[in-house]
Amino acid sequence: MSAAVELRQVSKVYGSGPAEVHALRGVDLSVQAGELVAVMGPSGSGKSTLLTIAGTLEEPTSGQVVIDERELAGLSRNELARLRRRAIGYVFQDFNLLPGLTAVENVALPLELDGVRVKAARAAALVMLERLGLAERATRFPDELSGGESQRVAIARAVIGERRLLLADEPTGALDSVSGEAVMRLLRTACRDGVAGVVVTHDAQLASWADRVVFLRDGQVVDQTNPRPGPESLLTPGVKP
Amino acid sequence: MSVRHALLALLSDGPKYGLQLRQEFESRTGEVWPLNVGQVYTTLQRLERDGFVESEGSGGPQNVFTITSAGADELAAWLRTPAEVMPPPRDELVIKVLVATSVPGVDVSELLQVHRRHMVEAMQQYTHIKSDMAEDDVELGLIVDSELFRIEAVVRWIDAADARLKQYPAQPRRTPAPVPRLGRARMGSRR
Repeated sequence: MSAAVELRQVSKVYGSGPAEVHALRGVDLSVQAGELVAVMGPSGSGKSTLLTIAGTLEEPTSGQVVIDERELAGLSRNELARLRRRAIGYVFQDFNLLPGLTAVENVALPLELDGVRVKAARAAALVMLERLGLAERATRFPDELSGGESQRVAIARAVIGERRLLLADEPTGALDSVSGEAVMRLLRTACRDGVAGVVVTHDAQLASWADRVVFLRDGQVVDQTNPRPGPESLLTPGVKP
Repeated sequence: MSVRHALLALLSDGPKYGLQLRQEFESRTGEVWPLNVGQVYTTLQRLERDGFVESEGSGGPQNVFTITSAGADELAAWLRTPAEVMPPPRDELVIKVLVATSVPGVDVSELLQVHRRHMVEAMQQYTHIKSDMAEDDVELGLIVDSELFRIEAVVRWIDAADARLKQYPAQPRRTPAPVPRLGRARMGSRR
C-alpha cells in the first residue's frame, strides 16, 4: 500500500549565516492510510516544523513531500490550495475555532470554502457532530463550549469531507486527562476509518495512543517504536498473599 | 496487594462461599490478579483465627463466611492506611544511567533513548488495552491508568535526565564514585 504522506530527506533551515537554525535535518517519514503515528520530542526538536511541512503550510528547504502520490513541488499554487482544503485536516492545541461561528458552522466551513452548498455542508457537519456526541451543542458558539467539546468540534472540522491526512499539534494539551483520552479515542477512530494521522507531542501518554511512535531529536528522527506482542503479555499474576 | 483485605471487602456486603469470593475477587480486579483457590482458603482460615470472619457449614467448599465487627473495623482502618510507597521500578534505570556517565565511550543520550523507547512501547501496550476495553469498565480502567502514570513518570525522568546531561555533561572522575555501592543496596531491596 502506498503512503498517504511521505517525507523524503526533508530539511528545513531558518535564517542564514551565523543565525542559521536547522529545524529539520534529512527527515524520512512515511504514514499509511489507517495508521496513526506520533512524533515525540522535546520543545525545539522540530516537531511543529515537521507538521507544518507535512501539512503544506510551509515548504522544505530541501527534500520532497509526497501526499497521495503527488509530489508537492510539482503542484501549482491553486492545486496546492485545493489539496490543503480537501485532503488535509488540522487540529491545534488551542482549537482555533472561529469565535463568530457556531459549532456546526465551524465544522461546515471547509466544505463551504470548497464550493459545497451551504445547506448540504451544514447537514454533513451535523452528521459529523452527531457521530462525536455533540449534536445538542451544534448551535452553540465556541465560548459556550468546554475545552473537551471545542476540541471535538475541531476534530469534526478536521475530518469532514474526504480528508486523507489528519495532522494534530499537542491536541490534548489544554485538556484534563479524561477529556484528553476522549480526544485521542476520536483521532484513533478517524484513522481506523482510513485517514492517515500524525500527532506531534512531548507527552508519552498521548503518544502511546499511536500505532507507531517516532522520536525526534534536534531535527532528526533518532528512533521509533516496534510493534510488541499483544497486551495479554502484560497481565501476569502479581498477587502477594 | 492485600488478599486479606480484599476478601474482607467482598464479605462486607453479605456472607459468601470461598469459590464465590475467588470469582468476585478476579472480576473486581479486572481479572489482572488471578487467585488460586488454595490461597483463598488459607487466607480465610487466617482471618477466622484472627477473629475477622466466622464460618458456618460442614467444612471445605460448603462453608459460608461472614465478616465480624472486628473484621469490619480492620477493613475500615486498612482502607485509610497510607499505601506503601513501593520502591519505584526506575531505580534500576537510575543506577544504569549513573553508571553509564562514567563508562568511557557510552553515549548516555542514546542509552536514554533506548530506555525511553522501551517505556513508550510498554505504554502503547497498556493504552491498547484501554482502547479495546469498554469505556465503562471502571476496574480495568483504574488498573491500566495506574500503570500508565507510573511508566509515564519514568519517561519524564528520562527526559529530565537527558536535558540535565545536555546542559551539564558528566565529567570524568578522578576517584571512583560511590554510586555502584548505593546501586547494589537499592537494587537488593527491590528483589
